[in-house]
Amino acid sequence: MNAQAVVILPIALPLATMVMLLLSLKSVPAQKLIGVVGSTLLLLSAATLAWLVDRDGILVLQAGNWPAPFGITLVADRLSSIMVLLAGLMVFAVSVYSLASVNDSRVSFGFHPLIQLLLMGVCGAFLTGDLFNLYVWFEVMLIASFVLLTLGGERRQLEGAIKYVTLNLISSAVFLAAIGVIYAATGTLNMADLALKLRSFPDEGTVSVLSMLFLIAFGTKAAVFPLFFWLPASYHTPPVAVSAIFAGLLTKVGVYSLIRAFTLLFVTDLEFTHNLLLLIAGLTMVTGVLGAMAQNEVRRILSFHIVSQIGYMVMGLALFTPLALAGTVFYIIHHIVVKTNLFLIGGVVEQRFRTGRLDRIGGLYRSAPVLATVFFLSAMSLAGIPPLSGFFAKLTLIRGGLEAERYAIVVAALVVSLLTLFSMTKIWNEAFWKPAREDAVTNVSPRRRSRIGRACLYGPTILLASITVGIGVMAGPVMNASMATAEQLLDQNAYINAVLPDGPTGQVPAVSSERTSQ
Amino acid sequence: MDILLAITVGGLYAAGIYMMLRRNVVKLLIGLGLLSHAANLLLFTAGGLVRGRVPVVPDEGAWPLVIVADPLPQALILTAIVISFAVLAFALVLIYRTYQTLGTEDLDELKATDT
Repeated sequence: MNAQAVVILPIALPLATMVMLLLSLKSVPAQKLIGVVGSTLLLLSAATLAWLVDRDGILVLQAGNWPAPFGITLVADRLSSIMVLLAGLMVFAVSVYSLASVNDSRVSFGFHPLIQLLLMGVCGAFLTGDLFNLYVWFEVMLIASFVLLTLGGERRQLEGAIKYVTLNLISSAVFLAAIGVIYAATGTLNMADLALKLRSFPDEGTVSVLSMLFLIAFGTKAAVFPLFFWLPASYHTPPVAVSAIFAGLLTKVGVYSLIRAFTLLFVTDLEFTHNLLLLIAGLTMVTGVLGAMAQNEVRRILSFHIVSQIGYMVMGLALFTPLALAGTVFYIIHHIVVKTNLFLIGGVVEQRFRTGRLDRIGGLYRSAPVLATVFFLSAMSLAGIPPLSGFFAKLTLIRGGLEAERYAIVVAALVVSLLTLFSMTKIWNEAFWKPAREDAVTNVSPRRRSRIGRACLYGPTILLASITVGIGVMAGPVMNASMATAEQLLDQNAYINAVLPDGPTGQVPAVSSERTSQ
Repeated sequence: MDILLAITVGGLYAAGIYMMLRRNVVKLLIGLGLLSHAANLLLFTAGGLVRGRVPVVPDEGAWPLVIVADPLPQALILTAIVISFAVLAFALVLIYRTYQTLGTEDLDELKATDT
């Protein structure tokens, strides 16, 4: 087995786990056991992949040994491997957390196989080097997420799901249309080959149209302004374990695709595309955080903050300098860990009080000091207080902005950061600091939980909080990795040469010139 | 033929978007279906239309000289049709369950999870 074969593992392992899970659907303990073991294996394979990519550079696997651009290519570069590693980490945390938070009826209706299917789609999207294959992985991920979102069939879940399904289907249709047009224009769907062909593409207008189609398709998935409305309408409705993994991973697949498209494919007209991205980034940050300030329920506030933070990631991409892109990568690493953790903590709060509404809860600082500590660390990290991970992520982005002399976006980023702090303080004050209401329902007191149940709830949150602190304390190595990733992203030739070692392929068959005239 | 298909694609997009702007949830679903048909047909047309040729390159590969139908768009559409079929089937069940649970088919009344 050579190193290339590891690239397929993050896709194959969830598939194998899912099959095992479907075979043992009747037994709830088996579901839980296989789910956690499968997630652990995925995490290990992702870590191996990240290590190999760090050591050997870009790993390419030509599926079925068909040379690119004719077959489907799987590519693991630094960005892909970091994303897969984070996905593995999140699914591990969420699987453990779900043991104590997802009820048995949802487990017996296939919660664990669906999580694995979701992860297969997510990892596939991160690793593929082919546009149509990316579409297929998107759909795998979407179908799994549709079912996860509605599993249980509660009233608000169904309402949220209608909006989520509709907007995601529209974005898929746009994506498919964009694939059709780009194939017609260039005759290839392999990303490396596309990058080469678009470089010397004669018709600038077509390239602009294509870039906008992809911007709409990926932007909807990434929830940027003004395409984000599905996110706050649906993310607070499913069980906490589900919304935590959605919050951590799904929008980031959209962001990843945006990064891929606008660092590899559409880099010929930076004046137009990346300035537009910068505008979108600013508006996304601001609208997201303003939406969050108007909310009064833990998970709704956090959902709007996802939108706001997508803005930061797009900001680094739009500035398109090595430092700013490194900021984006750092921000994604920080955001996935912190955001998932905040949702998990919000879930523990909701479990205690049977609601996430801020006016009904309180007193957690006194009754759950551990929870308060992990929440405090994660929330301050989200707001960007040193020495936590968020501080360094934002610092890098802002330094990137200053270096590129884009002061407006820097001001926006700083103001939004302040408002984030305000909004986090609101949750802190209401849920943790103020005394509990006399009539608050606390029918799930921690004493009545088993020791293992508590470990399953608190373990993942403590793990993720310590990772946040760890990234902050050891910001140097993470920063180096982000810088290396950014440099690799900006060096398109490295990617192209890795996928197409024999140089560009010949011209496309001249079908289009010889069409029938009937 | 290209022009005819282009007009059809445009018509499907227009009809799909019109249907999605209605308040009835069933019409929304029909609109989504039309939209995915439009995308499939666009993919098909954009891939190039060739009449009466098999999508097989002859052995002696005189490649630029022999005109063959491009099999790739057709394979892509086949995949896309299967996916959209599955997704629409799910959406159909979803709106049925929603109707059962909420007792309404008016999208304007589905506001509880909005902000």
